[in-house]
Amino acid sequence: MAELHVELVAADRKVWSGKASLVIARTTSGDIGVMPGHQPLLGVLETGSITIRTTGESGEGTVVAAVHGGFISFSDDKLSLLAEIAELSDEIDVQRAERALERAKSDADAAAERRADVRLRAVAGAH
Amino acid sequence: MGAQTRVYKRRIKSVTATKKITKAMEMIAASRIVKAQRRVAASEPYATELTRAVTAVAYGSNTEHWLTTEVERPTRAAVLLVTSDRGLAGGYNSNAIKQAELLTNRLIGEGKEVLHYVVGRKGVAYYGFRDRPVQESWTGFTDSPSYGDAKEVAAPLIEAIKAETAQGGVDELHIVYTEFHSMMTQSAVDQRMLPLTFTKSAEDSAEVLQRGKEILPLYDFEPSADDVLDALLPRYVESRIYNALLQSAASKHAATRRAMKSATDNAEELIKSLTRLANAARQADITQEISEIVGGASALADASAGSDR
Repeated sequence: MAELHVELVAADRKVWSGKASLVIARTTSGDIGVMPGHQPLLGVLETGSITIRTTGESGEGTVVAAVHGGFISFSDDKLSLLAEIAELSDEIDVQRAERALERAKSDADAAAERRADVRLRAVAGAH
Repeated sequence: MGAQTRVYKRRIKSVTATKKITKAMEMIAASRIVKAQRRVAASEPYATELTRAVTAVAYGSNTEHWLTTEVERPTRAAVLLVTSDRGLAGGYNSNAIKQAELLTNRLIGEGKEVLHYVVGRKGVAYYGFRDRPVQESWTGFTDSPSYGDAKEVAAPLIEAIKAETAQGGVDELHIVYTEFHSMMTQSAVDQRMLPLTFTKSAEDSAEVLQRGKEILPLYDFEPSADDVLDALLPRYVESRIYNALLQSAASKHAATRRAMKSATDNAEELIKSLTRLANAARQADITQEISEIVGGASALADASAGSDR
């Protein structure tokens, strides 16, 4: 079966790389699912979570990550997800994100609230 | 102990103390280079993928975008100079500043007005001392810059290039930093960040040419090529600045290590020659004492021999 080679990179590190059968990401014009053989694509990502269905060497499973802005680019079955900040769901500190959410709500900081919300949702999606 | 010997001993002691300090600084810098190098390497995937994407859009779309097209008659250019906060790094800062001056003169020669943006206390001090206007400056993070710092530096530059030239905007964006080749070689370089050039400095053009050879796929842009470019290019500028900051930090540590190593070597040399001088002085003291004793003894002998007669 054809596979995608996925690279999820943040500005200062490589977050995840491996084989996948499907990647779902949220672009500015809506959710997009990329499977092997997709047309070459370059899109702008929203702050949101990314779901990667892993396969091959990486084993069957799902990797969920929270990204805050970035890009998705796909060609030749190579998919790269670029984000200034990207966190895998199991790296996210739930308590800290919850605290951040509380704080953002009380400060009425919409951007911070959204970030915390995305983190929490990514964690929820992983379980 | 003779006065001379005491002077030498004192100097040896002070040089030894200095040597200890420079040795410690050398070790600290050496350990920091490794860390800085690792950070440069860690930032590489993002930069490479981003360059790839930018190249793809710039080549793969035929949209005219203000960030990729050259202005017919550029009148103003921004120069971002990356220096360090601290000295004691040999020629590191002065080389970067010299490179920036060369670039400034070249740009002025081409009839452009140059706006200065400076990172690092040393660069700020250079312009401050000469009373030359600096648009904006940043200090305090040059030893270990974070991506947030790069964003902070990039923001006003992106702002400036977005603005119309008539309203104080700039047409070109240059960056001067110190490229890290290896532990032993670092060189100050200047690069034009915007408008994009795909045939500029050595490393960059090589990379892009390589990419140029493989046929770039026809991308489907989401939502549109223009929007993607709009979102992509600021990130590209940030990532380039981030890379420049990291490389400069690594270069600074390498330069410090080298400067401190030669300082330590010089101190050792100095201690060696001072020890020789001190030994000679001590020997001279002893010789003098002996000859005084011998002289005194023979004078006594002479005197007593005279009284016998």
